[in-house]
Amino acid sequence: MKRLLLLLALAWMAPAQALTADEAKAIALGESDARIEALNKAIATADDRTAAFLQALADDVVKVAGDKVFIVRDGKGADPVTGAAVDVPADAEDVVSNNRMRSELDGALAALQLFSPDAALRRRAVQSLQKEPDEARLPLIEKAYAAEKDAGIRDQLGLVRAAVLLGSSDKGKRLEAARLLGGSRNPATKPLLVERLREEPEAEVKAALAASLRQVDAALAWGDRLGALFSGVSLGSILLLVALGLAITYGLMGVINMAHGELMMIGAYATYVVQGVFRSWLPGHFDWYLVAAVPVSFAASAAVGAILERGVIRFLYGRPLETLLATWGISLMLMQLVRSVFGAQNVGVENPSWMSGGVVLLGNLQLPWNRIVIVGFAFAVLAGMAFLIARTRLGLFVRGVTQNRPIASCMGVNTARIDTYAFALGSGIAGLAGCALSQIGNVGPDLGQAYIVDSFMVVVLGGVGQLAGTVYAALGLGILNKFIEGWAGAVLAKIAVLVLIVVFIQKRPQGLFAVRGRSAEA
Amino acid sequence: MDRAPSIVAAAATPEPVVLPAARPLLTRAGWTAFLVALVTVCALAPVLNLVVPADSPFHMGEYAVALIARIMCYAICALAMDLIWGYTGILSLGHGLFFALGGYAMGMYLMRQIGRDGNYKSDLPDFMVFLDWKALPWHWTFSDSFVATCLLVVLVPAAVAFVFGFFAFRSRIKGVYFSIITQALTYAAMLLFFRNETGFGGNNGFTDFKRILGVPLQTPSMRMTLFVFTGLTLLGFFLLARWLVTAKFGRVLQAIRDAETRVMFSGYNPVGYKLAIWTLSAVMCGVAGALYVPQVGIINPGEMSPANSIEIAVWAAVGGRATLIGPIVGAFLVSGAKSWLTVSAPEYWLYFLGGLFIVVTLFLPDGLVGLARRLRLAGAAALEAKAP
Repeated sequence: MKRLLLLLALAWMAPAQALTADEAKAIALGESDARIEALNKAIATADDRTAAFLQALADDVVKVAGDKVFIVRDGKGADPVTGAAVDVPADAEDVVSNNRMRSELDGALAALQLFSPDAALRRRAVQSLQKEPDEARLPLIEKAYAAEKDAGIRDQLGLVRAAVLLGSSDKGKRLEAARLLGGSRNPATKPLLVERLREEPEAEVKAALAASLRQVDAALAWGDRLGALFSGVSLGSILLLVALGLAITYGLMGVINMAHGELMMIGAYATYVVQGVFRSWLPGHFDWYLVAAVPVSFAASAAVGAILERGVIRFLYGRPLETLLATWGISLMLMQLVRSVFGAQNVGVENPSWMSGGVVLLGNLQLPWNRIVIVGFAFAVLAGMAFLIARTRLGLFVRGVTQNRPIASCMGVNTARIDTYAFALGSGIAGLAGCALSQIGNVGPDLGQAYIVDSFMVVVLGGVGQLAGTVYAALGLGILNKFIEGWAGAVLAKIAVLVLIVVFIQKRPQGLFAVRGRSAEA
Repeated sequence: MDRAPSIVAAAATPEPVVLPAARPLLTRAGWTAFLVALVTVCALAPVLNLVVPADSPFHMGEYAVALIARIMCYAICALAMDLIWGYTGILSLGHGLFFALGGYAMGMYLMRQIGRDGNYKSDLPDFMVFLDWKALPWHWTFSDSFVATCLLVVLVPAAVAFVFGFFAFRSRIKGVYFSIITQALTYAAMLLFFRNETGFGGNNGFTDFKRILGVPLQTPSMRMTLFVFTGLTLLGFFLLARWLVTAKFGRVLQAIRDAETRVMFSGYNPVGYKLAIWTLSAVMCGVAGALYVPQVGIINPGEMSPANSIEIAVWAAVGGRATLIGPIVGAFLVSGAKSWLTVSAPEYWLYFLGGLFIVVTLFLPDGLVGLARRLRLAGAAALEAKAP
């Protein structure tokens, strides 16, 4: 309604009056075909007054009396040509528009929006024009194309123009359009060319179309390949995040931690809580909540992990199968705990505004910011963990204890405390993974269950106790999964990957990077 | 992180080799208990359900029959788990898969038995009509024959287990690796069965069964027949398992569990033994699934969720591993508690189950049967101490 009022106001002030009384009459009265013809003629020389009139027609507020046309809004009549208030005769009749007329009106209004000062409106207008290219709109499109400043919209408009030309009855125009489209990097071009190729009678145009199609295909193929690669890396980085914590608790410490998924879930819920705190107390800095959530989710999961280690797990070292059962029990209790506190439904975690949108690299390749951020985050966590394990005193102790506990103990290391620290570290990293997952998926009590099989697969495939193996396995699985997904669909890809892992483990039970040693038992 | 005593320490105190004496299949008390169970299943339950009037306190209601029948199916799974985990030391997190495979094989037959009585009055099962399929997919070929179905119930889980086990045991995958791979296998199968185009009814699975062998499923006598049959199967499998573990075969299995490398050095090839018991265990689960489906009236891919397979392991752990009777007790106690708690206090069920896992692993490594044995030994020792 606001937009409409704006249009009306503009119409009031417009000095030039392209809409004439005859045009208004022709559009409002008579047979549909004639009205549509008049409509298309009118929009070629359209001004704001035309737009207001068409909007009125679309809103069913136009009346006619004899050969005079009125816009009647809120009981007040107005002359569509001058905009001046006039009295509407009592015997004025409503103008009725059938469905065909309506869709023409919508199209025409969309075309007129091509000149709107609002870029979003223009973009939408171009999109709706793209749906049904109409040669009658060509002059309008060309006018808009010449005037358009926004490169993205201009590209789209060019495409619409070419699409209209492709449908032209003039062979020369079709030929030109076919060649023009060959340079397009827009994925929408392809169906356009394919469709035209099917209908095209002229051999020469056909050849040009086929050549353009090949060009477009070649250009798009790279975008597709890179897109699949990126989504593979993105999936791989998520797998890496969910598996990194497990690489410590399972890989280094040998604890079959079935509650790993629930530690991630705790991280995700911690993020949710931080979001709530920012929303109520610091709404001005809402975008920064995620930065605050990172340490909080780490701390929350690490604290739970430390409690678990002290309370349950340390009694079970060296009994892997029992650990599996006990941690599974813990996972059930944590899940129920979250259900009791936050409810069984998923909770909403929002992306901060700086994570929405994406970077457009090619016509058909857009990288969403949240995925890019997660890839970066995964590698940052990896770097931090590698630093901690390889360069710090704590890392030295952890390595010492896991490699030779009695000797480490003899050297004065408090091995029990190191176990707790190491387990808390692994759990904290699971919390970080949960924080990242909250940005791309649902946060609910079942969040951990969805990733537990994946994370074990990654660690086992990488070779237990091998950090490098975990990295390669995560990225490899992610990319493999996405490429299989390209031709087999998501679920079949997942099944195929699981089967491949099972087969691979048969061949190399120690995983990608086996620990070399002399022990007869694995 | 191996905290087992070092080899040096073990070598320092050489122990005399004592060969375990051959044991009888069941002790006198064992036979008595078995007979009581047999009579209860075959005579007492049908009388209490069918003959005793409904207002009598001794009447066994439909709910109790259904519950006990269901738990007896679970007990078969727990027994199967005990053979492979308790006696052979291989923890499977994939037994839910075999259970579901047997269930699906039976479900396909039951779907065909619906005939033209479905919602769409078609020869094809309803979900196929819904998907606009014109003919049965190839893997439904034998689904109209009861004999073929019974064969499939045994052969499909056996084949899957054999192929998987062959590769896994040959490449010496064991311990936690084996557990996790079986979990992945089950998970993959679940994803597959959730698909509509694989012809297993997608996430709704099979339901709305009407009759078996032409006899309506919902009559009291049919329910009792299935109940008795399930009970006899459980008892039969128990005797079979008992026979296996008291024979030399069972002693090799336990040797594999305790020291596989030494078994190999002694000239045995563990692969064949593991494969045999693994396949048998899968078949038992498949049969349990086939008995479960007509009594519960539904089978869907949810049965393959990793949680279900782990629950089987919990029954065995709670009751006591390597005791055969323990897992059956565990299945009855845990499932009974589940059906009671999920009704009376649904929000506490997971706390209970989770707590049970932790308590059993921390404090009852031998399960309830082990606890009973320890108490009995302690009592005997106390008596001995009292006697002059």
